[in-house]
Amino acid sequence: MPRKPLYGLMAEFSTPEELVQAAHRTHEEGYRKFDAFSPIPIEELHHAMHLKDSPLPKFVITAGILGCLGMFGFLYWISAIDYPLNVGGRPLYSWPSFIPVTYEITVLSAGLTTVASLLLLCGFPMPYHPVFNVPRFKLASRDKFFLCIEAEDPKFDLQRTKEFLASLRPYEVSEVEI
Amino acid sequence: MADHLETRNSTTTLAGPEPVLAPGHTYATVTDKIAAVPLEVGWPRFWIVGFTISALIFGMLLMTILWLLGKGIGVWGPNNPVGWGFDIINFVWWIGIGHAGTLISAILLLLRQQWRMSISRFAEAMTLFAVACAFLYPTFHTGRPWLAYWLLPYPNTMAMWPQPRSPLLWDVFAVSTYATISLVFWYVGLIPDLASMRDRAKSRFAQVIYGILALGWRGSAQHWNHYEIASLILAGLSTPLVLSVHTVVSFDFAVGLIPGWHATIFPPYFVAGAIYSGFAMVLTLAIPMRAWYGMQDFITMKHIDNMCKVMLGTGLIVAYGYAMEAFMAWYSGNLWEMFMFKNRTTGPYGWSYWSLIIFNVLIPQVLWLKKARQNIPLVFVLSLVINVGMWLERFVIIVTSLHRDFLPASWGMYYPTKYDWSMYLGSIGLFLTLMYLFVRFLPSISIFEVRTLIPRASKGGAH
Repeated sequence: MPRKPLYGLMAEFSTPEELVQAAHRTHEEGYRKFDAFSPIPIEELHHAMHLKDSPLPKFVITAGILGCLGMFGFLYWISAIDYPLNVGGRPLYSWPSFIPVTYEITVLSAGLTTVASLLLLCGFPMPYHPVFNVPRFKLASRDKFFLCIEAEDPKFDLQRTKEFLASLRPYEVSEVEI
Repeated sequence: MADHLETRNSTTTLAGPEPVLAPGHTYATVTDKIAAVPLEVGWPRFWIVGFTISALIFGMLLMTILWLLGKGIGVWGPNNPVGWGFDIINFVWWIGIGHAGTLISAILLLLRQQWRMSISRFAEAMTLFAVACAFLYPTFHTGRPWLAYWLLPYPNTMAMWPQPRSPLLWDVFAVSTYATISLVFWYVGLIPDLASMRDRAKSRFAQVIYGILALGWRGSAQHWNHYEIASLILAGLSTPLVLSVHTVVSFDFAVGLIPGWHATIFPPYFVAGAIYSGFAMVLTLAIPMRAWYGMQDFITMKHIDNMCKVMLGTGLIVAYGYAMEAFMAWYSGNLWEMFMFKNRTTGPYGWSYWSLIIFNVLIPQVLWLKKARQNIPLVFVLSLVINVGMWLERFVIIVTSLHRDFLPASWGMYYPTKYDWSMYLGSIGLFLTLMYLFVRFLPSISIFEVRTLIPRASKGGAH
């Protein structure tokens, strides 16, 4: 029987420190396509895995500025150009009264962009992923820590990668089927 | 010297005598205990009884609304000159209650207050449900709620636009932005916990539902990398938002010329009042919940104590607001302001002003005593007193200012009708119904945030 294609190899650890150490070693060893999974955010992983800073803030500030200018311009257009209404002789371009709505729309566009970029960058919604095939992976959302080296990594070699992961002293190493 | 440093370090790691998480917990116990409430506890008797009562009261709301739609808003009490009655009182009251949720989840996050973590989730849920209740009132006060979309600027065949110089339009944007951002903030906060629920659910149905809601969260370092910054940004955005919402709500009054409304103190005084009533409502809900579900490990006496202190602080700001209103009435030398204040304190609605002072200013001073803050039944009663007091504040501001304005010829009285009352009680029913459903089906304490409260064993060094 031919072997099923592999997504990668996964090692399980029981503390965040072991995971950080393992991620560090994996990167040092030359692996680039790997990911760590944890039930809590671990700041040190950022350095251990040499993750890039999230581009999310850039999207948010762009959306915020666009929302702000767009809404202010829109309010100017409806009150001074498209539908000029004389309210007690007040100027049509009464900008201070445009501020509250402009402000709210700035926050709204930035906020919705934050969520949309989060989903986009994480690739959500993604109901299926090969890592879910590892039975013990359920514990990644409880109290266990996992490291998965993907088969697509140029350095990946089933035997050698398995030995390398075993050298990190994990609880167990399992094959992740696609 | 070395000894001295040693002792200091050990006391800081112990985090004081009153911890925000009971000792002895691990990642596993925290997850199991919180996730058990929706997954394993099931349908306890207190839940069934409480939910049934709330749902019945909610039913009364639906019947009131049906009657209101059939007959028109004339079944409510507002008249000339009191054009705003219970509808706006309750709107402001509910919106105010919502503020505590955002304050806890956003402002306290930015201030790195760790104690917020175990109460933020259900305080945020409370925000959402309170805003939902608040939405009822202006929507149905329009008389034709099916045309409520006219409030929004959209190109239409009438070739008209809403009036951006009106605080009422600002309110539409402020409240709908607030509702939207609170909803997404709450949902984003839930994602990692929904994944925990998905992984722990036993029935196929629950696995699928939680699985869909969790969007495929795997706790990957890549996810956390984006997630942490997204939460921080959402907190940063919500912080000025929460301050702006009640400010804009206060503009509904302060921008008008009615004596008793036209005051610069209104925005800060409204925001403080909102937080005051919001924390009172969090305590009203948290105290029974922690007892019923045995959550004393997560919502500790430290939390109760801190929330009492926030109430005491914001309560004093509110008291300052009342004092300033009285002072400005005298200091302005304005005839109408002076009359308004005299009428407010000694007129036909004088009882409401003095009960407000007793409920909101005098009784809560007990919170100065540590003994009082540690006495759970007393804190629960105080939270109810403050809820009533803050409701009275809105009653006083709205009714006493409107009922006697500049011209004695246009004076009048406002009496709420039974439909005003059934709509008000009914909205409490809706709120509690949603709270019961939330506690039953979602983790009401943020599991992943509480996990981060567990000291990391071998982090090395004393920091």
